[in-house]
Amino acid sequence: MSLYGVPLSDSRGQRVLHPTRAQYVATVKALLDDTFVMCIDLTAVDFLTHPGRELPEGIAAERFEVVVNLLSLERRERIRVRVQVPESDATLPTLFDMYPGSEAMEREVYDMFGIAFGNHPDLTRILMPEDWDGHPLRKDYDQGRIPVQFSADFPAREG
Amino acid sequence: MTDIVSTIRDGNEPAQGLKPRSELTARELLREVGAVLRMSEAEAAKLGDLPVDPSEDQTMIINMGPQHPSTHGVLRLMLELQGETVLRCKPIIGYLHTGMEKTGENLTYMQGGTNVTRMDYLSPLNNELVFSMATEKLLGIDGDIPERAVWMRMLLSELNRMSSHLLFMATNGMDLGAVSMMIYGWREREDVLRFFQKVTGLRMNHNFIRPGGVAADLPEGWRDDVLHLLDSIPPRLEEYDILMTGQPIWRDRLQGVGVITQAEAMALGATGPILRSTGVEWDLRRDQPYLHYDEVEFDVIVGSYGDAFDRYAIRLNEIRESIKIVRQILDRIPSGDYRIQNKKITPPPRARIDESMEALIHHFKIFTEGFKVPEGEVYVAIESPRGEIGCYIASDGSATPYRLHVRAPSFVNIQCLPHMMRGGLVADAVAVISSVDPVLGEVDR
Repeated sequence: MSLYGVPLSDSRGQRVLHPTRAQYVATVKALLDDTFVMCIDLTAVDFLTHPGRELPEGIAAERFEVVVNLLSLERRERIRVRVQVPESDATLPTLFDMYPGSEAMEREVYDMFGIAFGNHPDLTRILMPEDWDGHPLRKDYDQGRIPVQFSADFPAREG
Repeated sequence: MTDIVSTIRDGNEPAQGLKPRSELTARELLREVGAVLRMSEAEAAKLGDLPVDPSEDQTMIINMGPQHPSTHGVLRLMLELQGETVLRCKPIIGYLHTGMEKTGENLTYMQGGTNVTRMDYLSPLNNELVFSMATEKLLGIDGDIPERAVWMRMLLSELNRMSSHLLFMATNGMDLGAVSMMIYGWREREDVLRFFQKVTGLRMNHNFIRPGGVAADLPEGWRDDVLHLLDSIPPRLEEYDILMTGQPIWRDRLQGVGVITQAEAMALGATGPILRSTGVEWDLRRDQPYLHYDEVEFDVIVGSYGDAFDRYAIRLNEIRESIKIVRQILDRIPSGDYRIQNKKITPPPRARIDESMEALIHHFKIFTEGFKVPEGEVYVAIESPRGEIGCYIASDGSATPYRLHVRAPSFVNIQCLPHMMRGGLVADAVAVISSVDPVLGEVDR
């Protein structure tokens, strides 16, 4: 199965498109023209500890996967776009020009996973403080690794 | 790739705050006006938002919040003002970020409800519902939930919509100076919460709707309690109409304030009362029905101007629609099981534990190890009082979600603030924030 030349799969009855990074923007544009006027959700998954997942033929699994949920009000349909993003070059073009609402969601993905969105108008951290190190939702960022304040070995803040 | 990406590569992350407009380029300005439909940079520059002479520009940037009483929690807005007019605004969030999505990866599906219920703390049952529905879809048991459980879920979710909107009535009144409204709204909401306490044991953060059904059956006498609610709330809504809807001061404060157009709302991904206030008839309960919403009759309330008054009126009338739905639920709710009888996910009944060693072990294992959920990924969305709440779960076949993401309606809706506030007055900013009805626990997660 494919749509716009992009492999289409079925996940528990939900339609999922798997474009490559090069096809990503063109695929989303085609969907926008095909009544999918709302970008409901944009998030990512870090598959560091679970590399062997099911993907359609011809799609190589990478560490990160950006997941975009689109909605067509007219046809009352949803479609999901999953695009693989390699760790070595964790970048993806922004959807801001098509869906202005994706701005904050892309910032969240950048903040939490360190995936940079090219040509994004304001790519800054959104949930974590500006001076934060690391990206918390990455799988190699352990829970509880933040030093506890008020303990003896807590490093003093500079300045 | 582009400048911003290489800047970040070099370890120089840009600051979050709002820069004065004299330091902006048209592209950066696009972030705020972007929803004015796919504007080009040249068009954005023509808007007249950029000063003619940047060096002479005299605007002031002030912080509103995060400790401002009308920001509903810890929302910080940076406002660029010229006199009393808001030129630009940027919401700065994250003050309540506690890494709930990360925590969710370490809790079993059984425990997950305790985590998600704390995100939107004003409609906890809707959060639990969407999480449970996503888990059930992954398990492949979404069609096998007993009828009584499904109707109970609808009952609770509608009552929750009422309590959430009643709280909105209270805070919206408070923000605009209608202090008696605040007391009234809290009072009515408390009646609903008292019923929740009877059913679930807690006023908030219930963890009552769980994968496979609900935690317990309805207590004795619940029908009388619900009927009492349904009889006592409508006359009070009439009082609200007298107190606020028809009142000239109230109308003057809200009408024409915080206007957002249909195209803007859709482009920004806004859902719920904000989208409906612009005249878009979109309610997941009707348009993509879940539970048994296709079997009950109710109206989808829409506005026509997209202003703060429309959003107020929509919420007020949605309470009435919820009452209509609850009445139908009372007629239709069947007796029977309140959770699925599937040994893999349902713990044995309490009485069995006393007499059977196996039941005790089984119970222990379900609560300590949890149940395994097949590999896959799924996105489920329902209509919460604030809009579309969605749950995306990627499972690796273990007993905890590999990735749990909640699409929070407030997080997206709050991005409409800059558009609603453009060109308005500082005093109206309070009315605009209030009309979006954000819950910061959900925004920051």
